[in-house]
Amino acid sequence: MEPFYSSRGFKATKEGFAEGLEQMGILYPKIVGLGADITASVGMDRFARSFPERFFSLGIAEQNCIGVAAGLALEGLLPVFSTYGVFSALRTTDQIRISLCYNNLHVIIGGAHAGISVGPDGATHQALEDIAVMRVMPNMTVLSPCDATQTALALKAAVEQCNGPVYLRYGRSPVPDFTPPDLAFRVGKGQILHEGNDACILATGHLVWEALQASYALAQQNIACRVVNLHTIKPIDTELIAGCTARFPFLVTAEEHQRSGGLGSAVAEVVTGCPNPVPVVRIGMEDRFGESGSPEELMEKYGLTARHLILAVRKMLR
Amino acid sequence: MEILQQKALDIRRDVLLSLSEAGSGHTGGSLGMADVFAILYFHQLKYKPTEPLWEGRDRLVLSIGHIAPVLYATLAHAGFFPKEELCTLRKLGSRLQGHPGRDHGLPGLELSAGSLGQGLSVGVGMALAARLKNANHKVVVICGDGELQEGSIWEAAMSAAHHRLDNLVVVVDRNGLQIDGKTVDVMNPEPLKEKWEAFGWRVMETNGNSIPDLMNAFEALWIPAGKPSCLLARTTMGKGVASIEGDYRWHGKAPDAQELVSFLNQLQ
Ligand SMILES: [Mg+2]
Repeated sequence: MEPFYSSRGFKATKEGFAEGLEQMGILYPKIVGLGADITASVGMDRFARSFPERFFSLGIAEQNCIGVAAGLALEGLLPVFSTYGVFSALRTTDQIRISLCYNNLHVIIGGAHAGISVGPDGATHQALEDIAVMRVMPNMTVLSPCDATQTALALKAAVEQCNGPVYLRYGRSPVPDFTPPDLAFRVGKGQILHEGNDACILATGHLVWEALQASYALAQQNIACRVVNLHTIKPIDTELIAGCTARFPFLVTAEEHQRSGGLGSAVAEVVTGCPNPVPVVRIGMEDRFGESGSPEELMEKYGLTARHLILAVRKMLR
Repeated sequence: MEILQQKALDIRRDVLLSLSEAGSGHTGGSLGMADVFAILYFHQLKYKPTEPLWEGRDRLVLSIGHIAPVLYATLAHAGFFPKEELCTLRKLGSRLQGHPGRDHGLPGLELSAGSLGQGLSVGVGMALAARLKNANHKVVVICGDGELQEGSIWEAAMSAAHHRLDNLVVVVDRNGLQIDGKTVDVMNPEPLKEKWEAFGWRVMETNGNSIPDLMNAFEALWIPAGKPSCLLARTTMGKGVASIEGDYRWHGKAPDAQELVSFLNQLQ
């Protein structure tokens, strides 16, 4: 059997962020960049080098960065601010809530180093609660693209399709880059990347690739598994999820995030509102912190690989 | 000068009327800052009440959102909306939210704010934007002295000096009080002048309840210094109503009907 998707190689989604931001910088003079140190580590450095007059270094002071972004946005500029998600979403939560969301300002916040695949830096730097906090903010859009190519498209969509605050989540470690560059990115519209009638996995971020691998392996066992990429967590694709609920006996969700409050919760919220709800099996971090290790070791230890998704699907089919 | 003093008096009267009608809100700080607001809106700032988003206007960011009543009364007197609307303060459906909320569409409001420590950062962003656009308007941020206990204020102060934002002015309502009592007892922010100077700011001090002193201070503040400026405005909480002047218990309380009569009689 032909693989459903083939990887063009490994590429960190932060590379997609860096490339996408530079392209947007060329197209839109209103885009300004804000850096809180670690600019190379989060993919802000290319923009800073290409547009030094539109890049402002603000140091390790993330709360201030959000307020400065609000001030720039009020004056008609489009600020893009990124640092590790643990800082950009969590240290700054009150600033995001009031200065950005209550004022409903078009600002793009990058949440870098998302998930446990951050690896050896350990628990302090692995953002595993950011989706939960960002998605309950009124006016906020939450994007979580699945590979580097899609991250560049997500950034473009955040610029062109959004008018309010956007949180864009991406990762540090190289992961397979596989989505076709011409696959349209519509904010709020999930993507059925593979069709099947027996089971359904809805995933976000790198776990979309794992879901595709799981689906491929299940196909060898005559289990046809639909794979949905929910690159937008807010607004969630209610229509698509309701369709899945009507068609499948259960749903499996997968994310590099706490099981509480993230993609799985967002999907379950839709499912419980459907006329005939089905069980939702949520794969994610089990209410605990991560630790140091290689990304592969950590994904294996915390149950976030294709193998774990296959087990979840087979268990539900029994 | 007398016109400005009269404006301050009018603003104080409307602050008391609107707060009494609302039944809750922050009387002390609103009265204490009436002179600063009078001089800003009737002597210093450029704006067009019929065109609230006029690009050339000076920006005023109220970081201490809880003294919204003095901003609202001032905006009404400046012609942004009818004075009658002041009596809707804090009521359901009002454009005059308890803390400023732009989503309700009040003209003249630059920022929804009220969570302390955020407005100065927003002012830094506005000042950076003005420089990017080669615009020569000013950005004025109003902070409280208790608010200076928020760490994010000092992040913002550092960044304004780093980027040499000489189009940015912060006015600190230095009344020495906050909800729990004296600022020096709750968490001493002093020495304020030295702190702001150490952060790279030009600092001036003045009597924030004296129209002539404020006028002199602002004239000096607009002379570019290659760095941001801080005006430490010594004010008296509750200024204008002798029976509550300097009483921190009036930080977050509104006058009832009886008190209103007494307070209005004291206003001079
Ligand atoms: Mg005070």
